[in-house]
Amino acid sequence: MTIRTFLFASTAALIAGAAQAQSISIGLLSDPDLLDPDRSRTFVGKVVFQSMCDTLVDVDADLNYVPELATAWSLDESETALTFNLREGVVFHDGTPFNAAAVAANFERSLTLPDSLRRTELASVESVEVVDDLTVILHLKAPDSTLMSQLTGQPGMMKSPTAFNNGSDFAQNPVCAGPYVFDSRVQNDRITLTRFADYYEPERYHFDSVTYLPVPDSTVRLANLRSGALQIIERVDPSDLDSMRSDSNVALAEAPSLGWRGLEVNLNADTPMANDLRVRQAFDLAIDRDIINQVLGHGVLTPNRQPFAPMHFAYDPEIRADGRDVERARALLTEAGYDRVPVELLFANNTLAQSLMEMIQAMAGEAGFDVSLRATEFSAMQAALAEGNYEVGQAGWAGRVDPDGNFANFIYCDGSLNDTGFCSPEVDRLWTAAKETSDVAARTALYSEAMALVNAEMPYVFLYTEGYSYGLDAALTGFIPHPDGVVRLQDVSFTQ
Amino acid sequence: MLNLILRRLLVAIPTLILVSILIFCLQKLLPGDPALMFAGEERDPEVLALIRAQHHLDRPVLVQYGYWMAGVLQGDFGHSLRTGIPVTDLIVQKLPVTLQLTATAMMIAMITGISLGILAAARQGKLSDAAINAVGLTGMSIPNFWLGIILIMVVSVQLRWLPSAGFVSITDDPGAFLRSVIMPAFVLSTPITAYLMRHTRSAMIGALRSDYIRTARAKGLRRPVVTLKHAFRNALMPIVTMVTLLFGELMAGAVLTEQIFTIPGFGKLIVDGVFTRDYPVVQGVVLCTAVSFILLNLLADILYILINPKLRHA
Repeated sequence: MTIRTFLFASTAALIAGAAQAQSISIGLLSDPDLLDPDRSRTFVGKVVFQSMCDTLVDVDADLNYVPELATAWSLDESETALTFNLREGVVFHDGTPFNAAAVAANFERSLTLPDSLRRTELASVESVEVVDDLTVILHLKAPDSTLMSQLTGQPGMMKSPTAFNNGSDFAQNPVCAGPYVFDSRVQNDRITLTRFADYYEPERYHFDSVTYLPVPDSTVRLANLRSGALQIIERVDPSDLDSMRSDSNVALAEAPSLGWRGLEVNLNADTPMANDLRVRQAFDLAIDRDIINQVLGHGVLTPNRQPFAPMHFAYDPEIRADGRDVERARALLTEAGYDRVPVELLFANNTLAQSLMEMIQAMAGEAGFDVSLRATEFSAMQAALAEGNYEVGQAGWAGRVDPDGNFANFIYCDGSLNDTGFCSPEVDRLWTAAKETSDVAARTALYSEAMALVNAEMPYVFLYTEGYSYGLDAALTGFIPHPDGVVRLQDVSFTQ
Repeated sequence: MLNLILRRLLVAIPTLILVSILIFCLQKLLPGDPALMFAGEERDPEVLALIRAQHHLDRPVLVQYGYWMAGVLQGDFGHSLRTGIPVTDLIVQKLPVTLQLTATAMMIAMITGISLGILAAARQGKLSDAAINAVGLTGMSIPNFWLGIILIMVVSVQLRWLPSAGFVSITDDPGAFLRSVIMPAFVLSTPITAYLMRHTRSAMIGALRSDYIRTARAKGLRRPVVTLKHAFRNALMPIVTMVTLLFGELMAGAVLTEQIFTIPGFGKLIVDGVFTRDYPVVQGVVLCTAVSFILLNLLADILYILINPKLRHA
């Protein structure tokens, strides 16, 4: 290639390549894991499944259950039989008809596949009864008011039974019944889906293809949105919000989240924090959650002192999360017989966590705590927490549609995420009772009672609920951010 | 010559075995448990046990190494723990990406570095020499990640001239390939360019001072002819070996550059693999990289001998 042709070619290349309005690219925080709803464990996987795998039911932006593959549902008197009426005329991407038998096969796979991660979520399901082609009944071991919320996620995603036993790994070529068909995947680079010709609501989806690109760095993700390489990005860094609001090429969509962020205390360690409740209360009182919201969250965080988000019915508005009381904190420490209290904070190393912990260090310092920070990499932190090799550690949860799932793993005596050593049979009983009734008022009361017992021990210090911020191409219309953080493409299109 | 190549390849085998053991043990030193990483946020104990059994994570390290090595010897590098994709597929998918990126970067570095080096040597002690040296030093000192982000900000975000991320293979669309590769390749090439420039300059200065150049000048040959034809040919020898060895540098530099420009190559594969404790992926990639390094070193030696006839019978 001579210099002249090289220059010509590169100039031509620069002029070409305007984005086609028929496809959309979405920037994700990370690369999803196995593309098999039964074996997937990442939140980001759910974002991709949303366009590929329809669920029995979905939630709207106000957390109401809405029809998807099931058009209606009802619970019997005993609350142990959940009947679903299925949508007619639906086919999977491979042409297999969707019916009650397919639903039963899906539940069977979720419950019996050796490396299925859905067993816990579907633990209450005893059997699945096929009544007729379009009616299916889930028989439960005990009433389970959280099951509907589970069915909006991976456990409710319907996969083609034909693809279960075709000898190939389902994750390498997933077959579902959603609006988009799996096309190809390059690990750490992109997942491409194309429009499913036989989808039951074609008029609600406006793109011929959807590409998901993992871009872990938030600065790079935003740069790609601004350069037009991406049309939607998830989780805009709070520090970028101001510059986005003043940029006419991009738009911002925000939704409250359902998760919580906080700290957990290792009650089994021999530390002042573990040995005396008053020390934990003093630590909690020393933290100013409003300042964390202003400085770190640029106003998008909701200060919170409970594991429920304001959107949950179980949220207790009585529990205030504003301000701090350093005087009271100091008095508590004196009462407990301490002048200065050493505390080691363990957290996973990233910019946001580092800033948060430094703020807590400074605030608690004013109340009499000498906080040392132990930053480590994420999986090392996980291991340290699980082994009980920590004093106070970072805790948090992405959130669930039903309040039960927001805290159950953290609080049951044998909860898989309960690394604090907290164990109260009474709390276990209340939490289970709240799961086994569908009466919202009764559940709210039970959760309040349980949380009062938890807070009397204070194994957790809650800090705030996050918000979900999406960056959008300004030409995009119809995007509705959801509190579950999942990107939905229904009715999303480019303005002409 | 053939003897030398065979000897070197035989010596490479224990090296590779050592590398494989080293990478295996280093990974085990990383804190954190891959099973925890892959059991999802619920950390179901049943699932944890299953993952450990499935991937032999509950066995002694030596046994795990045995399982892995037995697979490698049959050409099976295992599957990614995270996505289930075979490691061999990943390598086949990603290696061409990094090779295209590094080759482009090397071309940029050779064209600019060598020509600037010749120019600086020819103008030794003059202002242009000082200017080239200053540029070279700057190129060496600018951090890659900073330059990359600044370029993305200016060229992609402000001017919207080039894409800020992603990669298109040259076989798919040469135009799009150039657009996607030019910025990362330039960023990757800057330290190498500077290095080659300095190296060329000193080799040229050495050559220009030798007796045969004085003779050639005395014969009345014009300066550019002398510089390029006589001096440069002799200066080429150390430059060529340097280029081959610098390829290894580029492979290492690609790790960072690929992160910044979100290019799905070898570098990104290994970084993501380390962070997610995807052992089979990291092992496969490191082994593959080690093989490339050994081959590059061998190539450098062979070239050295080919260029320098004096060494042929050594």
